[in-house]
Amino acid sequence: MALTIRPVSPGSGLAGNRLPRGAAWIILAVSLAVSIALFGLLAAASGDEFSFVGAAIVGLVLYLAASTGISAAVEGRRQAMDRFVTGLVTGAFIVAMVPLISVAATVIGNGLARFDLEFFTSSMRNVTGEGGGALHAMVGTLMITLAATVISVPLGLFTSIYLVEYGKGRLAKIITFLVDVMTGIPSIVAGLFAYALFALFLGPGVRMGIIGAIALSVLMIPVVVRSSEEMLRLVPNELREASYALGVPKWLTISKVVLPTAIAGITTGVMLSISRVIGETAPLLITAGFTASMNYNLFQDRMQSLPVFVYTQFANQGNPAFAFLDRAWAAALVLILIVMALNLIARLVARYFSPKTGR
Amino acid sequence: MTTTAPKLAGKARLGDIVFSRTALFAGGMILVTLAAVAIFLIVQSIPAFFATKESASILPSNFWAYVWPLIFGTVWAAILALAIAMPLSIGIALFISHYAPRKLAQTLGYIVDLLAAVPSVVFGLWGIGVLAPAAQPIYSWLVDNLGWIPFFAGPVSGTGRTILTAAIVLAVMILPIITAMCREIFLQAPVLHEEAALALGATRWEMIKMAVLPFGRSGMVSAAMLGLGRALGETMAVAMVLSATGLVSFKLLTSENPSTIAANIALSFPEAYGTNVNVLIATGLILFIVTFLVNAIARWIVSRRAEFSAAAG
Repeated sequence: MALTIRPVSPGSGLAGNRLPRGAAWIILAVSLAVSIALFGLLAAASGDEFSFVGAAIVGLVLYLAASTGISAAVEGRRQAMDRFVTGLVTGAFIVAMVPLISVAATVIGNGLARFDLEFFTSSMRNVTGEGGGALHAMVGTLMITLAATVISVPLGLFTSIYLVEYGKGRLAKIITFLVDVMTGIPSIVAGLFAYALFALFLGPGVRMGIIGAIALSVLMIPVVVRSSEEMLRLVPNELREASYALGVPKWLTISKVVLPTAIAGITTGVMLSISRVIGETAPLLITAGFTASMNYNLFQDRMQSLPVFVYTQFANQGNPAFAFLDRAWAAALVLILIVMALNLIARLVARYFSPKTGR
Repeated sequence: MTTTAPKLAGKARLGDIVFSRTALFAGGMILVTLAAVAIFLIVQSIPAFFATKESASILPSNFWAYVWPLIFGTVWAAILALAIAMPLSIGIALFISHYAPRKLAQTLGYIVDLLAAVPSVVFGLWGIGVLAPAAQPIYSWLVDNLGWIPFFAGPVSGTGRTILTAAIVLAVMILPIITAMCREIFLQAPVLHEEAALALGATRWEMIKMAVLPFGRSGMVSAAMLGLGRALGETMAVAMVLSATGLVSFKLLTSENPSTIAANIALSFPEAYGTNVNVLIATGLILFIVTFLVNAIARWIVSRRAEFSAAAG
């Protein structure tokens, strides 16, 4: 085919006038420089601190206006609009990065103060001021999440098996719909449900770790069902048919052929669902309560968990207040590290253990 | 539904029966659980609807007078959050799907997803420790200079713990889910349409306006509804950030703000006793119904789109 080189020289009749390639970057640099100079002058004049964020924001707005204006003058209205939207869209992404970086920086910055051995080896029993740790909260989080996983994974997995392998007709449709509804249950409502369930039998004011685990499984089951269902549907039908052709019963086909093929994806889904519920605060606050002591028994007494630890340290600050805030930030750091680790492992499992497809 | 095993075998095997019954039982448990959620919430809420000031100490007069400002606050905060998050999310999704270099796109998607991994209580700490103090000077500037706009009427909050701060935190929290959905939909836009638009000489923005956005409209609406559902039920961030006084007010920047249902439950439940517990559970029931309706609308839009595109394809 014939190669046509698009004329980019200014004044070309075919493509219209175009700004040179690096123009956008030059305009950006100039607008940032102008904005920084402006803010520097303002700061020097009023004696206030130099606001870097303010300078950056004004600089970007300036860039948007300048590049649109220059482009409109040189390239015409349509190209100017295109440049304007490109700037807006890129700006949206940058704006979204601000809270992420800010959260990461604050949590690491404030959390490291108490990220020490004592934090991981002691509880808050008899601690009123500085010192103390979150061991009881970590144990609680571990036990409650483990219990929630033990409840949710078999239920969720078998539900997805039902939906993919057995479910036909109305019941399957109803269950799919209800799983959708469950996905949208607010976490606090799940907590209220678990509380109401136990309060009916054990009397009002009941607080136990297992109630929290049940609240979390209400949140976790739909996620497990959704992800496992998706993974099971990805298993090629030829595998099932080959197995049936060899005379293998259906249940053995599912457990020996379908599940092993999908296991990597299912594991990923389960880990992501754990990482989703492990940071839940509200349902645990109202079902498992909070305490300062160790509790290894899911079925008796209040149980502390990491997110609730963060909240109670923040909400009930004692004297000195910084000790409580430092503990809250350290626990937040631990929590984020756990969630990140779970996410990372899940992605690695998905990448390295999934069956190789043809592509 | 995908398997079509010929039914040749005469007698059912024990393993098959056990396995299929287990699967059916698990599916049934979903039904039972959801029914239980509804039934227990309703049963525990019934006393609240007839409660008075004498029987439940947190009620000002009757149940509806207590719950109305909370419903208002919940919806108001969620709509504010959506108004902030929606344009941003569409922008980010477009950036990832159509503007960023192909090789970077997936990584950038992961980075946005990282926001979803931050627990809400951490966002609460961040909102009160970083965002509120940082936003306070901007708020007082807004009140001083734009106070004639009803939303920005004073007096300005001294701490920055206003409903606008709470809405910003909520917006950050619902950003990843809306972005992820919009991104998926924008990537599904027919490539042929896009190329046709470009071939006719459209700029990139005109191509997006003509080929991508019309295709993704219903998807964007349902993403917004899902985000709204999330924002309605979000608890801890609001409970920690918002300094609530429980009145109905559209002012964004004062220290007197309406509370939300979820935040109110989290704050009041640990100390609640007697009928007060029932009152709080009843507010939870109302939240459940509201989020259910919002999610149902979102799903209805999605399903309508699926039928539509099936008919078109």
